[in-house]
Amino acid sequence: MTGAGTWSIAEDDHRKITEHLAALLQESQARCALVVDRTGQMLANAGDALKFDPAAFASLTAADFSANDQLAKMIGEPEFASLFHQGEKESMYLADVARRAILVVLFDQRTTVGMVRLKVKQTVTDLSRVFEEMFGRASQGGGAKAPGLLEGAEDEIDKLFGD
Amino acid sequence: MSMINYASREINCKLVYYGPGLGGKTTNLEHVYTKVAPDQRGKMVSLATETERTLFFDFLPVDLGTIRGFKTRFHLYTVPGQVYYNASRKLILKGVDGVVFVADSQVERMEANVEAMQNLYDNMAQYGYDLTKVPFLIQYNKRDLPNAAPIKDLQAQLNPGWPVEDPAKQKPAPDPWHAGESLVFQQDGAWVERAPYFEAVAVTGEGVFETLKAVAKLVLITLG
Ligand SMILES: Nc1nc2c(ncn2[C@@H]2O[C@H](COP(=O)(O)OP(=O)(O)OP(=O)(O)O)[C@@H](O)[C@H]2O)c(=O)[nH]1
Ligand SMILES: [Mg+2]
Repeated sequence: MTGAGTWSIAEDDHRKITEHLAALLQESQARCALVVDRTGQMLANAGDALKFDPAAFASLTAADFSANDQLAKMIGEPEFASLFHQGEKESMYLADVARRAILVVLFDQRTTVGMVRLKVKQTVTDLSRVFEEMFGRASQGGGAKAPGLLEGAEDEIDKLFGD
Repeated sequence: MSMINYASREINCKLVYYGPGLGGKTTNLEHVYTKVAPDQRGKMVSLATETERTLFFDFLPVDLGTIRGFKTRFHLYTVPGQVYYNASRKLILKGVDGVVFVADSQVERMEANVEAMQNLYDNMAQYGYDLTKVPFLIQYNKRDLPNAAPIKDLQAQLNPGWPVEDPAKQKPAPDPWHAGESLVFQQDGAWVERAPYFEAVAVTGEGVFETLKAVAKLVLITLG
């Protein structure tokens, strides 16, 4: 590999992810759920409208997770598959999805961390399947990799950046 | 790793500003933040020490326009330049699509620049990324200072060029940003490629957008 590469998320993948998130919220009574990729980009969310800047939140989530990954290695664990941050009213639970993405669940006193943890397990399995399919297609050179969305767009790119 | 989202019709790319401590990476992002219209940028997040040295990263998302109906959104990150913070510096490089090396032009900082460049190369290699193959450019910052080294010296130390092995690329390529200079050329019979470079004074904003646009453009072209 020479660079980080490209991948893409199709409308259909996005719909599947959002459906799994909605199911999780229903079963766990959590407030909202988000999926962020490992480089810090927000992929999908469901539940209560976000009251914060989603991009900032996503970048911090990825940084939090990757810093903890390194801490895990230092103490001899391959990874921390999940993280729990407890607040007075709001708490968050983060779980790894197939080493590709991070599932973040925000919840309050209407539920418990035990319930969230329990329900997240199924969602992680479901989401992992979606991501593995998406990336499987990408590595076969079709589907998830945008086949030359910007092919021949040099003129347009020039125009965009010409002053 | 760039991500094309067909649901939200966005192309997301990650750009990282790398370089020695106090070179002006955070200042680059601050300038972009103040100059871009609020509806075209997000919140700037800075994880810094009490003395404003970057501890983990700065983050700023900016929209640079629309191509083929897709919004091009660039996530700008800076790393902490201080040698001590290598572990966090490395984490930020994960999934990078384009790199800007912000060099401190001051003569006294030459060694720090060279060390940071070597460190960038090593950290990229640990992810399996090849610095000579990803969109990469160098910004010579602090050109306003009287002790700034001549560009020629900075180029010789930080951007001497790498051998071009791919026969398809072994042809002269002019530097589109500097008339009369080349990015691919022959030296002692061998083909050599250099990273594009820009001069800047990040505190006044000079060269900041030029650098950003150039790296963004290189990233979009590689997406092609
Ligand atoms: N004279 C001059 N000073 C500059 C320039 N750019 C940045 N500075 C100053 O250099 C100092 C360091 O700038 P930062 O942007 O914080 O540097 P950094 O690269 O983010 O440093 P770290 O976070 O430690 O890696 C600040 O006091 C800036 O005002 C420039 O072009 N000219
Ligand atoms: Mg900084």
